[in-house]
Amino acid sequence: MNPALAIDLAWWQSTGIKVAIVLNLIPAAAVIFGYVFLLKMMSHMQSRLGPMEAGPHGSLQLLADGLKFLQKEDIIPAKADRFVFAAAPLVVMLSTFLLFIVIPAGPDLVVEDLDTGIFFAMAVSSLSVLGILMAGWASANKYSLIGALRAAGQLIAYELPLILAVVGVIVQAGTMSMQGIVVAQADGEIFGIGAFGNPFILTQFFGFVIFLIAAQAELTQAPFDMPVAESELVAGYMTEYTGFRFLFFFMAEFGTAFAFSAIGATLFLGGWYVPGVEGNLANVLGPVVLGTKIMLVAFLIFWIRFSYPRLREDQLQALAWKYLIPLSLLNIAVTGVLKVVM
Amino acid sequence: MPQVPGLVKGLAVTFKTMMKPAVTVQYPHVKEDPPTRARGVIALKEENCTVCMLCARQCPDWCIYIEGYKDKAPPRREGGKPRTVQKLDRFDIDYSLCMYCGICVEVCPFDALFWSPEYEYSEVRIADLLHDKDKLGEWMVGVPTPPPLEVGAEAKKGAK
Repeated sequence: MNPALAIDLAWWQSTGIKVAIVLNLIPAAAVIFGYVFLLKMMSHMQSRLGPMEAGPHGSLQLLADGLKFLQKEDIIPAKADRFVFAAAPLVVMLSTFLLFIVIPAGPDLVVEDLDTGIFFAMAVSSLSVLGILMAGWASANKYSLIGALRAAGQLIAYELPLILAVVGVIVQAGTMSMQGIVVAQADGEIFGIGAFGNPFILTQFFGFVIFLIAAQAELTQAPFDMPVAESELVAGYMTEYTGFRFLFFFMAEFGTAFAFSAIGATLFLGGWYVPGVEGNLANVLGPVVLGTKIMLVAFLIFWIRFSYPRLREDQLQALAWKYLIPLSLLNIAVTGVLKVVM
Repeated sequence: MPQVPGLVKGLAVTFKTMMKPAVTVQYPHVKEDPPTRARGVIALKEENCTVCMLCARQCPDWCIYIEGYKDKAPPRREGGKPRTVQKLDRFDIDYSLCMYCGICVEVCPFDALFWSPEYEYSEVRIADLLHDKDKLGEWMVGVPTPPPLEVGAEAKKGAK
């Protein structure tokens, strides 16, 4: 612990602060991503301007939308399983919430630096499947159920390449701690040049590509948006949700996109590390550096989302099982051999 | 992987489009000029109308309401009998019914109806969309002048 930050707080005080930070981070992340990518980048890619009236360049549009959602009637279908229906968005949100815990934004800026950080992140990210299945089942709606089952099949299929892609990084870094992975990249050198560290995107490029594709599917973003394919399933598992419950799903979607971009930036782009910044300065500049890298990764994810049409269900499964999983296993094998040899 | 070049091309298209300025404009603040022959609204040149009722009878929606009267006009030749002409009391088009098919414009034998590029005539109340001949006459402003007659063609008698 850095002495400058060593203020003694009771356990409940520090926990309270951490919870408050993460709780504020999720809506902020959702608003930033929603505005920058969903509203503006997509609009410009479609040669239009997007919202321009609410605030400068429409920047307050999502706040207005959020207020609108809060005012809407909270409808629960008559035949729905009321408790499960109400709990489902919370479970999805919980998964997003837990993801934020292990992402480091500076040498000391991490909510909880677990030794098994990346393992924890991968584990809690799959919690969202439960929430989605609950939502689909409890809605008492065929579209919801089909959407939820598609989502479950897809998330399970793409969990594997996601984790296997991460394993390559873990093998190279020699640690599962997110902080440790950043340090390994900062201290690493490639071909004897250590001036800018060794961001794992250089040595784990295939891992990065597989991670991006799998993350895209985990976030159910186009071209992997079969679970919410509006032309077939209305809105999939979200069909029956209105008002603030829908808002929860929306925030969880973009919050998770933010978290996955952050994990991608930490694992492959060096996280908060930038050459020449160390100590307390890194604590100050870390969030900015990490934010920039998050935006880079998110740009790739959303660029793909706005460019490609939806994959058919069988193509989607075939991509995961026939191509991504064997490729990521190969990646692990090559990484392991090189790790031992070099 | 034969699909890869196509996928890359697709990404390039969206990226290039993002870098170009948007083609849309912020409508109430910025207005695009419609093309001169845009079919925005139907305008009436009252003095050409002879109350022949062809437009009203051809209108699929029956949204044209015409009432007329007979009037005397000075004779064509000096010392002749005063002519009888038909004039409009009322020429209303109900734009809440009009489906902009343009049959009335096509069918008018005396060039009294025109397509005008004017488009900003929305109303809060639906009943206010019934526009009278004065309003229809105002919209003649934007109507492009018809092309000149071909060489040797005979100008219509009494045409103004």
